[in-house]
Amino acid sequence: MSLDTATVRRIAKLARIRVEEPEIATLQTELNAILGYVEQLNAVDVTGVEPLSGGAQMAMRLREDVVTDGGIADKILANAPDREGRFFAVPKVVE
Amino acid sequence: MAYSLQGATGAWEIVVGLEIHAQVVSESKLFSGASATYGGEPNAHVSFVDAGFPGMLPVINRECVAQAVRTGLGLKAHINLVSRFDRKNYFYADLPNGYQISQFAHPVVGTGVVEIELGDGTIKEIGITRLHLEQDAGKSMHDQHAAKSVIDLNRAGVALMEIVSEADIRSPEEAGAYLRKIRQIVRYLGTCDGNMEEGSMRADVNVSVRKTGEAYRTRCEIKNVNSVRFVMHAVEAEALRQIEVYESGGSVTQETRLYDPARGETRSMRSKEDAHDYRYFPEPDLLPLVLDEAWVAALKEKLPELPDEKRARFRDDYGITFYDAGVLVAEQATADFYEQVAKGRDAKLAANWVTGDFFAALNRSGNTIETSPISADGLGELLDLITDKTINGRIAKDVFEAMLETGDRARKIVADRGLTQVTDTGAIEAAVDAVIAANPDKVAEYKSGKDKLFGFFVGQVMKAMAGKSNPAIVNELMKAKLG
Amino acid sequence: MSFLPELTIAAALDGLAAKDFSALELTRAHISAIESLDPQLNAFITQTPELALEMAGAADAARAAGSAGPLSGIPLAIKDLFCVEGVRTTAASKILENFVPPYESTVTAQLKAAGAVFLGKANLDEFAMGSSNTTSGFGAVTNPWQRNGSNAKLVPGGSSGGSAAAVASRMAMGATGTDTGGSIRQPASFTGITGIKPTYGRCSRYGIVAFASSLDQAGPMARSVEDCAILLGAMSGFDARDSTSAERPVADFRAAAKRGVKGLRIGIPAEYRMDGMSAEIEGLWQKGVAWLREQGAEIVDVSLPHTKYGLPVYYIVAPAEASSNLARYDGVRFGTRVDGEDLIDMYERTRAAGFGAEVKRRIMIGTYVLSAGYYDAYYLKAQKIRALILRDFTEAFAKVDALLTPTAPSAAFGIGEKTDDPVTMYLNDVFTVPASLAGVPAMSVPAGLDAQGLPLGLQIIGRHFDEETVFAVGGALEKAAGFSALPAIRAGGAK
Repeated sequence: MSLDTATVRRIAKLARIRVEEPEIATLQTELNAILGYVEQLNAVDVTGVEPLSGGAQMAMRLREDVVTDGGIADKILANAPDREGRFFAVPKVVE
Repeated sequence: MAYSLQGATGAWEIVVGLEIHAQVVSESKLFSGASATYGGEPNAHVSFVDAGFPGMLPVINRECVAQAVRTGLGLKAHINLVSRFDRKNYFYADLPNGYQISQFAHPVVGTGVVEIELGDGTIKEIGITRLHLEQDAGKSMHDQHAAKSVIDLNRAGVALMEIVSEADIRSPEEAGAYLRKIRQIVRYLGTCDGNMEEGSMRADVNVSVRKTGEAYRTRCEIKNVNSVRFVMHAVEAEALRQIEVYESGGSVTQETRLYDPARGETRSMRSKEDAHDYRYFPEPDLLPLVLDEAWVAALKEKLPELPDEKRARFRDDYGITFYDAGVLVAEQATADFYEQVAKGRDAKLAANWVTGDFFAALNRSGNTIETSPISADGLGELLDLITDKTINGRIAKDVFEAMLETGDRARKIVADRGLTQVTDTGAIEAAVDAVIAANPDKVAEYKSGKDKLFGFFVGQVMKAMAGKSNPAIVNELMKAKLG
Repeated sequence: MSFLPELTIAAALDGLAAKDFSALELTRAHISAIESLDPQLNAFITQTPELALEMAGAADAARAAGSAGPLSGIPLAIKDLFCVEGVRTTAASKILENFVPPYESTVTAQLKAAGAVFLGKANLDEFAMGSSNTTSGFGAVTNPWQRNGSNAKLVPGGSSGGSAAAVASRMAMGATGTDTGGSIRQPASFTGITGIKPTYGRCSRYGIVAFASSLDQAGPMARSVEDCAILLGAMSGFDARDSTSAERPVADFRAAAKRGVKGLRIGIPAEYRMDGMSAEIEGLWQKGVAWLREQGAEIVDVSLPHTKYGLPVYYIVAPAEASSNLARYDGVRFGTRVDGEDLIDMYERTRAAGFGAEVKRRIMIGTYVLSAGYYDAYYLKAQKIRALILRDFTEAFAKVDALLTPTAPSAAFGIGEKTDDPVTMYLNDVFTVPASLAGVPAMSVPAGLDAQGLPLGLQIIGRHFDEETVFAVGGALEKAAGFSALPAIRAGGAK
């Protein structure tokens, strides 16, 4: 599978990364090199193999339902690039 | 008669499925220790985990899982002992991580079924496809500032149950009944408060229309509808819109729409114009959720009696009508109140009083069962006075009103006001004689065949005795005297 | 008194205990080494000399009060992927250029509790994505080693390149690293030091900026196996804030490092003998085999048939997770923002300006392999082969106690080399990635020099949660190799 320029633009859009027109061709070449490299996986027979999604082989621990956090709005907002009072602020969104 | 909408080209059937988002009742959030309480100062109920800060990791809340399992059991659904969490990836200002942790491929609860009752008394089964746990997003507000939207993350990370129905719903009424039924079940279970005004419950409504016998046509999803009434309206409005599109030669495009209650119509959501590609994949920060069978069994053991079972029991054990039983079990608190009143008393009399004068009084005064000025014990005392013939039914209504006004107990009111029923035959006989003596014309009319006047004579006696006489004795004596 | 930065951690702890010198003296010696060397090496993104002196003072006070911790007064470099409360944490990305975390990672909190001194935040590949430390948004790191007769600048490896360079050049006694596909082991090999990636779940990931969640593991880098054992003892342990953290006791790694290999069965996986591998690396590997055999280990040939698929699997799984993990850098709650016409435009400009080229490439590959229509062919398939790779290890560990392989296919290369296409760079990780995918512990120990005088490491891979055996084998190799070569650029050195 090889990416065309339209797909490169679509992926950039999905990933919310602005890509200028002159960068498209370079990106296309680089991404296709990576995809070409992983193509070798097609040779592996995985019939009947269960996928492995995580690094740890155990069941999940559950925590007790207790309030142990929050009440730190100042710290939550301290690194905000823009804020209005105790809210984060972003360019206006039209729903 | 199956519901249909009449278009220019004939009848259309509507096909509806609901995705109900129900906020889980818990102290803390699904994956963080911040408070799950509604409201609060902006960003006060937020941890670094909820705000998606670098290096922050989710840790699941046991109680939220238990609540989902309880709900699944209440929906008579299959509990999956192994389930998983996935990431649903999309960018939005109030979605801090850029993904929502949800259960896509392996939900904690599988298929189930609920029964709904329609206006004509028929019962219909609606299939449950699945129930899964997921995080809520934060809240974007667009009207606080001229050029900006502002974000409050208090809700971000609160546990939601998404309850997905089969496309079994065929009318606005069924949609409303289904939503009410789910709301009733989760409130009984205590797994969601069902408060739609505060957004604890909201529904995404999938609507399509078709001609009878056809396969499903394209559906549209109406997002975030927040009342039973609006769900019913939205179903109808969207169905009518689709019929119009088809009948004017167009085709319906699958899209996300919003219901505008003010205009009574749905409109396309601009912010959702991008065809979404959510790139679901297993959440690598979490491990599989493995439930112990014994733990699930213990939850099942402690499950409260659910409305359907309770209703049947009320009908069978108390001998009341299925309809009355339905009214009484609508809310857990009402059912409990009724059972307290009915305990050791005439259960039918109790049902009549609770569904009649008592409900009317609550409605009039804007009270709920929880804030009722009359307790179950207090109402029971009034019923006891009727049953032991201390007062008659007529006086009981006055005593009830006095209880509402004064807050006094029934026995005290009866004593203070001397309302005890007169059962002394001598006194009643004297009053009967007096009434007959005072109305010779009417007695003549009665004797000439005007039977209806009997009520008049009884009424006069009751009036003369300030309503306190035992009506049965009055009847008996009057009948004897008039011959 | 010996030149303090040359000491191992073990020796420094003895010196501190014997009151030969104070933690303040030890720390000042390292701060002055940083002042003189870091302008050349760029191993630190943020230096924290004031914090270091404060911590050293506290360590001296604790020692005087008889409450010294296991690392009291030991100056360390902290990879700038670990959040340290109140200290700028960048992940070497412009998008976090001014981010000051109001919280502490579990690993650094444990190091603080043990009495360690933080000299600063070490440079790395941006978001730990790289094998050369050239993708950093704060400039490349220079390897303190140079080829014989050349002063050409070499890479220190990556992504923990700043940590490796700081330790190798004696600017720090040890460092924290993180390893997702080789990010501790490969730079350790390139700079002649020791580093271990413990079992997935051994060190908490809480507070470490995430790259690929199912692979990321923190670990120590130091100048001896014993020093790594001391550091890992302090860094590891169960943490309720990380759902993937293992609820297991932490063993005495320091004792394990001295255990020896007598009676151990060491596997030599045939598939690590790759086409085009240099004779030097092959020769060193054979030497390693001989050293272990001489010390009483039994050498067993084993097969890990899916080894060659490790790298392509990794380059699907890691970018996929990264594309999602890095979605939070959107200019809304923290980090850099570039204004735009609307919300989406703001996102796109922010992320275009904030991320470097390699990070963007990986986000885009990751986005693609998860996208509708491609998930099964790429991501799901990769997960299945990952399961086969784990099975390879499980089967091998039924026969042997540990595996011995080279750490990297080459010695350090020049800054600017291997940049023709991304895949050439990725091949650096070919020997380290399989252990990451399986989640098993693996260590790199310096074993010798190549013909150009550059260090080469050997890798020891162990069973899940059996770091003790890895340390035992590492200790034996270290003893036999007697690696004593020194980098050209170092504190107290000729230059």
